Amino acid sequence: MNKATITTQLRALAATGMVDEPETAPAPVVEEVEEGAKKKAAPPAPRKNGLLEVDPARKGVHLDVQLNGDQVVAAAQALDAEGMQLEAITGVDWINDNELELVYDYSYTGGEFFRVVVRARIPRDEPNISTLCDVFPSANWHERETYDFFGINFEGHPQLENLLLPEDSDFHPLLKDFKGC
Amino acid sequence: MSSQALSQNQEVFELNLGPQHPATHGVLRVKLVMDGEYVVDAEPVLGYIHRMHELMGENRTWAQYLPNMGRLDYLSALSYNLGYVELVEKMMGIEVPERAEYIRVLTTELNRISSHLLWFGAFVLDLGGFTPLLYAFDDREQILDLLESVTGSRLTYCYYRFGGLYNDVDDDFLTGCTQFLKRLRSRMPMYHDLVTGNVILRQRLVDVGPISAEMCRRYGATGPVLRGSGVNYDVRKNEPYSIYPELDFDVPVYNECDSMARYMVRMDEIEQSMRIIEQCIAQMPQGDIMAPKVPKMIKPEVGDYYHAVEAARGTFGIRTVSDGKNQAYRMKLRAPTFCNLSLFQEASKGMLLADALAFMGSLDLVIPEIDR
Amino acid sequence: MDINLVYMVLFLAGIIGFAALNAAYLVWVERKGAARIQRRTGPSEVGFAGLLQPLADGAKLMSKQILFPDGIDKPLFMLAPMFAMIPAVMILVTIPFGPVGFGPFADFMLVAREMNIGLLMIFAFASVNVMALLLGGWSSKNKYAVISAARAVSQDIAYEIPMILIAITIVMTTGSMHLSTIVESQAGGFWNWNWLPLQGNLFGPVTFIIFFICSLAETNRAPFDLGEAESELIAGFHTEYSSMGFGLFFMGEYANIVIGAALTTILFLGGWLSPLPASIPFIGAPSVVWFLLKMYLLIWTVVLIRWTYPRVTLWSLLNLAWKIMIPFALVNLLGSAALIKILPMLGL
Repeated sequence: MNKATITTQLRALAATGMVDEPETAPAPVVEEVEEGAKKKAAPPAPRKNGLLEVDPARKGVHLDVQLNGDQVVAAAQALDAEGMQLEAITGVDWINDNELELVYDYSYTGGEFFRVVVRARIPRDEPNISTLCDVFPSANWHERETYDFFGINFEGHPQLENLLLPEDSDFHPLLKDFKGC
Repeated sequence: MSSQALSQNQEVFELNLGPQHPATHGVLRVKLVMDGEYVVDAEPVLGYIHRMHELMGENRTWAQYLPNMGRLDYLSALSYNLGYVELVEKMMGIEVPERAEYIRVLTTELNRISSHLLWFGAFVLDLGGFTPLLYAFDDREQILDLLESVTGSRLTYCYYRFGGLYNDVDDDFLTGCTQFLKRLRSRMPMYHDLVTGNVILRQRLVDVGPISAEMCRRYGATGPVLRGSGVNYDVRKNEPYSIYPELDFDVPVYNECDSMARYMVRMDEIEQSMRIIEQCIAQMPQGDIMAPKVPKMIKPEVGDYYHAVEAARGTFGIRTVSDGKNQAYRMKLRAPTFCNLSLFQEASKGMLLADALAFMGSLDLVIPEIDR
Repeated sequence: MDINLVYMVLFLAGIIGFAALNAAYLVWVERKGAARIQRRTGPSEVGFAGLLQPLADGAKLMSKQILFPDGIDKPLFMLAPMFAMIPAVMILVTIPFGPVGFGPFADFMLVAREMNIGLLMIFAFASVNVMALLLGGWSSKNKYAVISAARAVSQDIAYEIPMILIAITIVMTTGSMHLSTIVESQAGGFWNWNWLPLQGNLFGPVTFIIFFICSLAETNRAPFDLGEAESELIAGFHTEYSSMGFGLFFMGEYANIVIGAALTTILFLGGWLSPLPASIPFIGAPSVVWFLLKMYLLIWTVVLIRWTYPRVTLWSLLNLAWKIMIPFALVNLLGSAALIKILPMLGL
């Protein structure tokens, strides 16, 4: 595991994602500002794609990377090649932005304390994202769980069935508009 | 490979192991495809006691959510308590008094011992040996009594508070701990004589259920499973939290990758936890057990936070998203045995049924934590 | 009326009572023993020290409903528990328990019906026990029960062979299949018993241990309880049995333990012979008390083993039988046969 390699690769990846969005093309690639510095009153605007080096003592991670939905597999491959392991996959429902956020936690068990979180936002109406199962087999269950809770469709997943919820359930309890069943 | 595809080639049958089965220690169901005594495919089916703790986290205030932590892994509830309160303290920037930190570590390690003791008994029970369970429970009972005296409960503890503890420990508790350690020290050789050295047990465990370090990485396995595969990774050492950096303890690592290695890791961890407790008792400072200024209403800054601790079964991580309100916007609980169990399907292929169950026992499953 | 007939009826009633009493109270002994080993108290509510517990359990079992799961083979399902119990009683009929040893009937032999091919008859009926497990498992239409039945059959067949080979060695050295003759041939102090290698049996102590292990495996006792490995197969072949169907399997198991221990006592431990010199009055005399003492000592060992050892796997169990015990028993058989021929030639 090489921190510098990972940082460079993810930063490059985040930068290529930026190119796809013409309106944000000249934006700075790296935001060095900490999230905590933002004002509490205003609701946080969706983050721009990019790589953030954050304080692990405060945030619990070293790198915070925001990518496009189609880049998470490339990011996973880069992290896999560096010997990181996928710790968890989860979602966050940003109902006000009409977006779902996918959060991938990576950690390193080889000795050094190094954690990376990769995020991607996908539209809430079309919650499709490609699966990580081919890179990390552990993604299988995490993605099924995320499918349970958020209804996110992981394209290419070998067995996208309910894992924790009953097999015949058709609700997704962690969506913010879930009102109980 | 699906079961239909298999059945065209060879004579296989499906066997439902659970959800009510003596070996699954709870309501886990494993859909087995068997070729005689051999496991062709084993698919764990989860969710029988799913309680949606993550949604509860979004509907309760930060303090109200604290008791939920004891209901995840009820066997090492204090590790989960610790992970959660440390996360909130991290978000709020609360400094915890040193005495409280020492008591936290002391009680967490006691809880870890009790969890490992229960695993030890239940694991040998899986292998058909009845007696060690009762011996382990006898020792565990002492821990429960000790913890009951300070926490007020025996199993689903909710002892830590944001910024400190609910209750200070007294000298009776500390002397009780010392006596218990003396007792357990004198009993560990007996456990090793009776169980570890047993010919049949070694035959059942050595070279059974090999998990390579690479497989652990791909499946995200942590805890004793990972350390039994020769990877020296322990959150207490690698990502230090609380006062663990000030304490002197070793991380037991075994390179054999088999069930015996995982067994030995846990048995050695009991010894290491005893060392930690001894140091905690010896170095216990006087002072407050609560931080002076803890806000009545916890409203963390906007943002998302992650914190991981070493629970008895591996890395327990919480990722939370705060929108500045007194409730979490999102609460993700990363349970160690969820990942540890996910490698069962691949690793158990081709095993004998008895070996597969021994292997499953060596993963140390706690179903409420997997299902959450 | 023929006095023999009266004896027969009395003895048969006695044997059935003995089997039932043993089954009931060995459960109590086992539970109490396990409790002592595990630092518990065990049954203590029903009667003094829980002594009436077996009766309460029996009453409960008898009063429960017999369940027949859907789709089972009903005749075989009902037949299997009887196959477990009847052969056990049949075997007990032929086992001599020895002379009373004291009182006015000191020389009266306690045996219902001894035969001069007793050993053959015992092994013949012991094999029927396998049928009970097979039928019980197969007819229950339960996958766990079928696996268990398959395990039990392969296990029992594997362990019957070394057991019989060793019994043949004893028969060769003694020259008889008559159980009383086998016991009488061991007379003259405990060093003459068959478990010591002074009788032409090449590896006496080892054969004794192999025979004992085989009897454990034959009765499906821990650590060889693969047929009913509860952490793997729930309850094995009797998973679907309730009420006295289960009760008969249970009693059959304990009756088989008694038979295994009794047979080991007769073949290796001098049966009802006293370990003390015959010159000592009373305790030096052969007596049924000695027989029961030895037998229950062995049974207690069986209980101890069960609560001490984890279970073996099927493969290592079969490996032990086919790769170690059977070759050893064969070598022992041939060696002993040679010894029987050679020793007289040397004039010993």
